[in-house]
Amino acid sequence: MSAAAQGTSKAAHSDVAPKKKKGPGALATAYLVIYNVVMTAGWLVIAVGLVRAYLARGSYHGLYYSIEKPLKFFQTGALLEILHCAVGIVPSSVVLTGFQVMSRVFLTWAVTHSVREVQNEDSVLLFVAAWTVTEIIRYSFYTFSLLNHLPYLIKWARYTFFIVLYPMGVSGELLTIYAALPYVQKSGLYSVTLPNKYNFSFDYYTFLILVMISYIPLFPQLYFHMIRQRKKVLGHTEDYSKVE
Amino acid sequence: MSICLPLFFSAGTERIYLLPSTTMSRTTFFEVEIIDAKTKEQLCFLDKVDPHSTIGDIKNLFYKSYPQWYPARQALRLDPKGKLLKDNEILQNLPVGTTATMYFKDLGPQLGWTTVFFAEYIGALLTYLVFFFRVPYVYSHTYAFTSSSHPVVTFACVCHTLHYMKRLMETIFVHRFSHGTMPLRAIVKNCAYYWGFSAWLAYYINHPLYTPPSYGELQVNYALFTFVMCEMGNLSIHISLRNLKVDGLRVRKFPMPTKNPFTWLFFFVSCPNYTYEVGAWMSFTVMTQCLPVAIYTLFGFIQMSIWAKGKHKAYLREFKDYPSVRMAIIPLIF
Repeated sequence: MSAAAQGTSKAAHSDVAPKKKKGPGALATAYLVIYNVVMTAGWLVIAVGLVRAYLARGSYHGLYYSIEKPLKFFQTGALLEILHCAVGIVPSSVVLTGFQVMSRVFLTWAVTHSVREVQNEDSVLLFVAAWTVTEIIRYSFYTFSLLNHLPYLIKWARYTFFIVLYPMGVSGELLTIYAALPYVQKSGLYSVTLPNKYNFSFDYYTFLILVMISYIPLFPQLYFHMIRQRKKVLGHTEDYSKVE
Repeated sequence: MSICLPLFFSAGTERIYLLPSTTMSRTTFFEVEIIDAKTKEQLCFLDKVDPHSTIGDIKNLFYKSYPQWYPARQALRLDPKGKLLKDNEILQNLPVGTTATMYFKDLGPQLGWTTVFFAEYIGALLTYLVFFFRVPYVYSHTYAFTSSSHPVVTFACVCHTLHYMKRLMETIFVHRFSHGTMPLRAIVKNCAYYWGFSAWLAYYINHPLYTPPSYGELQVNYALFTFVMCEMGNLSIHISLRNLKVDGLRVRKFPMPTKNPFTWLFFFVSCPNYTYEVGAWMSFTVMTQCLPVAIYTLFGFIQMSIWAKGKHKAYLREFKDYPSVRMAIIPLIF
């Protein structure tokens, strides 16, 4: 078997065990770098917008309006990430990515945008701030990873900041949905009642309550998954410090 | 590290391994080592294993030492990340030396296909009836145990119930399941799907505020006719598929149209049973004019298309003379 392998080495440095991971091609990598840079920039715009609005107004209230448009644009743009997974240029699960992006898009459009009365709530600022910091770190992490030059600080930030940001974001989201409930019930927003020609009904109020309940099993799973990832990715640094 | 002694001498119908005395004098016996795939701990060491033993035999031997792991729960592989070894594979045909190392994984509690199907179908059937008879607390108490004034609601109940009764009959008398089981978690998921959707559809069809179809009797009768046709078609296909497997011998041939006109769909698709099933549910949708039924039909169609595509690909791979005009599930389309 070794004799046959020797003759074929040539340009392909294929070993006995060929690497199965293909990864994105050069064009896909270039596109992804541009995508991630644009997203990092977009969320930086939102961050700067929040800070400037706070400094201008002197209070935390009503900052949503100052970043409403870029928030909608860049958060909705994240839908492309589902496409990236589906096409295969990003090695993540389509279902998992889809779920994560859709939950963000849901909160942006189906709750915050649709129920105008909650836009003044402080809980909105809570999750927008959490999302902003998380996304700036996440997109810069991807950018640097794609360029094969990932500063340890970014890696550390990505796997550490979530410890605070994740519960912060979840709290903001839950409080916002909760605040929206009475308005949804009163106006019958997005709801369909019987009787009708297609024999169907949908109660958005009940649906929102079910969404809130679903956080209970889902949040711990995702949170502890990230904690395990953190141990795996950052774990080796503890070994180095032990050597000293 | 535990070494279990091979319990080759056992009562009943189990195979007995004796040193060859008069017959096969040149048989080399194999040794089989069974290792836990995760912990890499040696679980069992079998020696003097007949090289003609199958994986099924080895699983039975392993089961004697570990009675909590009946054979259907055992997953044996030659490599921890390798392919699952089938029960009918013969030891000496495997790429192993005379000492075979196998990795074991517990698949968890298993249930036979018949049990699973029974649970799914009986649940779906009964759940619908709870709504049809307007059991108290489902709808407002003024409607408890009343019945709908619309004939289509009764037709729908009869169709739904007969559909699942047919499936139960097929499970008992028609389907021949290749030896296989399903993990316990799958039955929970599958039952949730069948029972959940049955309840959801039944809730609206039997609702006091149900609106009958826009085109009235014409729509209902037409849809009822196509429903019955599709059910008969589906049954015909199941019977013809059963007749492919004759008396335990896995005859390798693909299904062909027979004298029964319902089987002529085989000219156009590999899995006409799924085609007819989708047809039946589409008919039910039109008959009840109920959006949840349409949604259920769509989900079923997506799942069956995936299965049909898989089966179609398997046929194409196995039979070089497979008719090229055939599609997987929808004639001339895909």
